[in-house]
Amino acid sequence: MHSLHVVPTTSPTLADIPGGRAPDREYRIDAGGVGIAIHEWGDDDAPPLMLAHGGFDFARTFDTFAPLLADAGWRVVSWDHRGHGDSDHAHLYSWDADLRDAAAVFDHAADRRAVPVIGHSKGGAMMIQLADAQPYRFASLVNIDGIPSKRPIPDVAEHERTKMLVGELTGWLDHRQRTAGSQRKPGTIDELAKRRGRMNPRLSNDWLRYLVTVGAIETDEGWRWKLDPSMRFGGFGPWRPEWALMRLAGFGVPFYGMLVEIEEEMGWGTVADDVRPFIPEGGRLEMLAGVGHFAHIEQPNQMAERVLEFLGAPA
Amino acid sequence: MSTEFLIHNRVRLALHTLRAGSGRALLLLHGLGEQSPVAAPAFAAEWTGPVVALDFTGHGASTMPIGGGYTAEILLADADAALTHLGEATIVGRGLGAYVGLLLAGARAEQVHGTVLADGPGLSGGPSVPTSQPVFSLASVDSTPDPYALVELGRDLRPPDYAATFSRMAVQRSSLDEPITVVARFRPAWLRAVADELGVADAGSISEALANYRS
Repeated sequence: MHSLHVVPTTSPTLADIPGGRAPDREYRIDAGGVGIAIHEWGDDDAPPLMLAHGGFDFARTFDTFAPLLADAGWRVVSWDHRGHGDSDHAHLYSWDADLRDAAAVFDHAADRRAVPVIGHSKGGAMMIQLADAQPYRFASLVNIDGIPSKRPIPDVAEHERTKMLVGELTGWLDHRQRTAGSQRKPGTIDELAKRRGRMNPRLSNDWLRYLVTVGAIETDEGWRWKLDPSMRFGGFGPWRPEWALMRLAGFGVPFYGMLVEIEEEMGWGTVADDVRPFIPEGGRLEMLAGVGHFAHIEQPNQMAERVLEFLGAPA
Repeated sequence: MSTEFLIHNRVRLALHTLRAGSGRALLLLHGLGEQSPVAAPAFAAEWTGPVVALDFTGHGASTMPIGGGYTAEILLADADAALTHLGEATIVGRGLGAYVGLLLAGARAEQVHGTVLADGPGLSGGPSVPTSQPVFSLASVDSTPDPYALVELGRDLRPPDYAATFSRMAVQRSSLDEPITVVARFRPAWLRAVADELGVADAGSISEALANYRS
């Protein structure tokens, strides 16, 4: 007698993700003409706690981390950066524009009051800059593997370095010529999960498959990531990662920075010894053993405990 | 003058032919807050190829983006769209257009046959090292130039060593001995660094500089 194996055909849901919870409220605001999607967990009347995601991520990547903070009494407010998640695809993208959008979200959720802020990766680096430019918005800052430091420069001759830069430049310019009307490549949930696995090598397949259902949309040709197809890894510009450190040193609010032991593609590979001299007075820097760049997804409970202990009771 | 439109991602770029001609095009890149001239400038009198001028994103007849987000590198991609359309070109950039012209000269050294860096609005850019910079939002307006362009490109970081890298890329890969000529009299730190590089020439005027790039 043969047993019949039924291959599941349903999309993964939050039921497959231990501790996962969808936001309690999702809505959009108009940030100077660009629609920015906000996702909130927790009681609407609770004190706000801002949560900034990293590059190529989106707020729903906090579906396991944010609920733990909300359950501790915070109104957790996250948002999709322009071009990411459910926010508008914009004409232009820049660091300054991301900060402007973030300020609009802060204005909406926290008015001009000082509130605690958590940022991961690029979101952490952006919040360092926002805290420098608009310190009145910050009661404290938690940075999860988002402190850039000096980029390792390969030990190569000058003409080789020039050739590498030319390659990056022309690659980027060629990409810009192809972006008009382009779309993200369609695929099945498994195909998109596999592709994202290259950015998130330490995250489970269940999680990656789930992310597809909130970070991609289903079209006639298959699922496509919502991320603006004009965005591309790498790039070049005058900005130096280590410049973030100069701003960090001057912070006047409690600071808690975390770096991770296991290097990953999406991280900056920051070395604690490079950062330590710039930690502000009374600030904390911790190296997390045994986790990678997405520590809050790998170990949501432990990460939430650390953050909640640092923040203290909501007030 | 005739105008055609090129597509750069979600932006329509206006490329104006100021004077028809045969041979290599002379591509004019305007300064910050300016737009293309309506006629070929006097310095182009002896140029036999077509004289064309690009309106950058948020300027002239090009698209006004929503919500800002300008960088000099995006304008480089604007200029690259024009260069690809033309095949090859000699470039005259004023102010901001000079900085963008330098970036293009480095990025596409084989297609750019000489770049002239001239005075004009937006030549200096912002600081050459990071400073505390305000986060701001601006009221929208109905017509170009985009106020976001004026503010964001008026303060973009231009480290001298970054600019110098582009002149080195141009010099190393161009078929010309001196692919960049500086005619600007005002020289901010980035331009001083470029002018000090080997293979970067000085000239007293744009027409004098162009005389070396006509052949």
